[in-house]
Amino acid sequence: MRVLLVEDDPTVRSFVHKGLKEAGHVVDEADNGKDGLFLAVSEAYDVMILDRMLPGGIDGLHILETLRSQNNATPVLLLSALADVDERVAGLKAGGDDYMTKPFAFSELLARLEALGRRTHAEAAPRTRLVVGDLELDLLAREVRRNGQKIDLQPREFRLLEFLARHAGQVVTRTMLLEKVWDYHFDPQTNVIDVHVSRLRQKVDKPFDTPMIHTVRNAGYILRAPEGE
Amino acid sequence: MSPSTAPQEGAEPEGQDGRAAVTQAGSDAVGETAQPSPVPKGRSGSRRLTLWEKLFAAVHRNWPIRSASLNFALLYGVVFFTSATVFLSFTWWNATRLLEHHVQTSIQTEAHDMMRRWMYGGPQVVSDSIEHRLDQNVDEDALYLLVTPEGQKLAGNLPGWPPGVTSTHRFYETTVRRYSFVTQALLHAYNLPDGYRLIVGHDVRGRHVLQQIMTETLVWCAIMIAFLALCGALVMRILFQHVVRSIARTTSAVAQGDLSHRIPLNGSETDLVATTVNAMLDRLKRLMDGVRQVSNAIAHDLRTPVARARTRLEDAALHARTETDLRNAITQALTDLDHITGIFEALLRIAQIEAGARRAAFAPLNVTPNLYGIAELYEASMEERGLKLKLDLQETPEIIGDNRMLQQAVANLLDNAVKFAPPGSTITLSARPLRVMEDSVPTGVEISVSDEGPGMSAADMARAHERFFRAENARSTPGSGLGLSLVQAVAALHRGQLSLSDTHPSGPFAPHDGTADQDTAHGNNPASDENPLRSRGLRATLQLPLGNPRDILPKEG
Repeated sequence: MRVLLVEDDPTVRSFVHKGLKEAGHVVDEADNGKDGLFLAVSEAYDVMILDRMLPGGIDGLHILETLRSQNNATPVLLLSALADVDERVAGLKAGGDDYMTKPFAFSELLARLEALGRRTHAEAAPRTRLVVGDLELDLLAREVRRNGQKIDLQPREFRLLEFLARHAGQVVTRTMLLEKVWDYHFDPQTNVIDVHVSRLRQKVDKPFDTPMIHTVRNAGYILRAPEGE
Repeated sequence: MSPSTAPQEGAEPEGQDGRAAVTQAGSDAVGETAQPSPVPKGRSGSRRLTLWEKLFAAVHRNWPIRSASLNFALLYGVVFFTSATVFLSFTWWNATRLLEHHVQTSIQTEAHDMMRRWMYGGPQVVSDSIEHRLDQNVDEDALYLLVTPEGQKLAGNLPGWPPGVTSTHRFYETTVRRYSFVTQALLHAYNLPDGYRLIVGHDVRGRHVLQQIMTETLVWCAIMIAFLALCGALVMRILFQHVVRSIARTTSAVAQGDLSHRIPLNGSETDLVATTVNAMLDRLKRLMDGVRQVSNAIAHDLRTPVARARTRLEDAALHARTETDLRNAITQALTDLDHITGIFEALLRIAQIEAGARRAAFAPLNVTPNLYGIAELYEASMEERGLKLKLDLQETPEIIGDNRMLQQAVANLLDNAVKFAPPGSTITLSARPLRVMEDSVPTGVEISVSDEGPGMSAADMARAHERFFRAENARSTPGSGLGLSLVQAVAALHRGQLSLSDTHPSGPFAPHDGTADQDTAHGNNPASDENPLRSRGLRATLQLPLGNPRDILPKEG
């Protein structure tokens, strides 16, 4: 993916740059709002990371609003130290697709970024079927089959699997699951998400030879086709 | 005090001036557009009003005294003096009028008597009776004069016909000579038959003396009143200053950092100001206490994980032999840092909620479906720990609140319960409408989470909502001691309250089967009967009022 990173802090910028390069992405970076806006409007990117508070008189929200007013639909992940719910809402209202607060874990950033980059393709056409390896999800009938064998899932488990399948091959963090599958925005002290995922595993992986749901240490989960590696 | 009031008073007349000008312009405009209609009356009225206002404003602007209390005192003095003067003048006027009336009546009575005598005996009888009266000295101040048609004096104690007295239809008050002195007299002339003329009068010197005495009294009264007015003014000024100073003293003490100061209440109208200011100070104090508590807590509890992370990193930098060691140390330090971030975020959120700034997301919401959702989320992890979740959710009325915050609050309560409930026990999540009386209209919603864990001592319960507070037997469990603080803050934001109680207040609860092996979180007491707290359980109740629809309106500003 081609990623634009607009971030004024050199440490964070070089860290994110390095990490994204390692993950195989091409990164352009800008350290102020003016350059960021210039790059954003003149080049085509798959996804952008915007810091909100930037030097140069143009802040992240401003860049975002300018882009959206030009019908530029590039997914934007806002990265900011402003962690307030109101700030978050302001960011999303201005046209942001996701909002992360500093300090952040790179794994979380990468997971969210890849989810965003993937979404543009995934949502181009509404899909009624999701196929990952031998796992098949019928989104209309709400049916799951693996190897042609039907798996009975609770509605919530189905949504969980659906989310994993939509982002198959990508790391999905616990926070993302809590936000996207349950629509909760708090930090549970107990391992509530892990338990739900392990229940899903019981049904999706246990009866079969090869597991598809993998735990990524310090990050989250990934749904992968067995022979896909 | 005067420097502080001066700009205020200086500014006020300008405002009035401006307003006066506007009213005038406005009324002129009305007058022009609606000339034919009977507006002019109102127009002249409003113009007179503005003139008055202008006059008042001009006086106000040029008034030299800039002390509110002194002005007040002066006004008091002026009002007192004016009313006293009016009162005394009325008394004076009324008394003299009464006296004069009395004199006139006696003159007329006398004259009638003389005329009757004339009927019996003509001039001789009248002059005899006058002489007789004068000799007898019946009334020392009585004046008589009987003259013949030729103007010759027949009887009486007046030396001659006074020159001004011509008509017989009115009283004359003139100066007359009596014996050797000149005096003021009230006279009335009467025409008798055959051209005889009679004057009956009365020396009113006494009245003049009385007038003089009364005038003197009045002057003295005025002096005394002025003195009293001055004293009263000073007393008022002192009272006024006392009130203002007690407020000023308190606010200046607060400005210098002493938040415990309060304005004393004295039962007067100023109490309204005093209670408002006091309430404001209470709130300020609470917020300041919160800030202080947080900074203490940060100093105390946040240094520990920071120190731990630092030690790990330093140790790794100095002693790590292999890359794996290094990575492990760094990963652990990262976990520590994430923990610290979590604490910071929780603290900030609590502080923010407590400051009451976060009502932007308030909206009508139904609690029960929310609780089903959260219960579903938690049920799995509870089952995994061998806990049972019992739901007792009744239909509840809509409340006005912040959905996310309530979700978080309930999640915190469930987290707590999961942490402390022994395996095999039941956690109950219940919701019910809150009523003042059975069958009355619900006034709120009550959400409660009860467990069958070790419970809390009463002293701990009282402190549980403090930031970073952790009960002794909870020290070993993970957590930061901020969960209940957040719930408390959310409750307060919704004008509700969080209360903690025993699930089974009646005493030790029969232990469940399979709970003999103590959970690590619950201390190390081997036998349940030695620890009466063992199974009393903790019940956290969140009471939320229905909320005011005004809360969902955007905040002003």
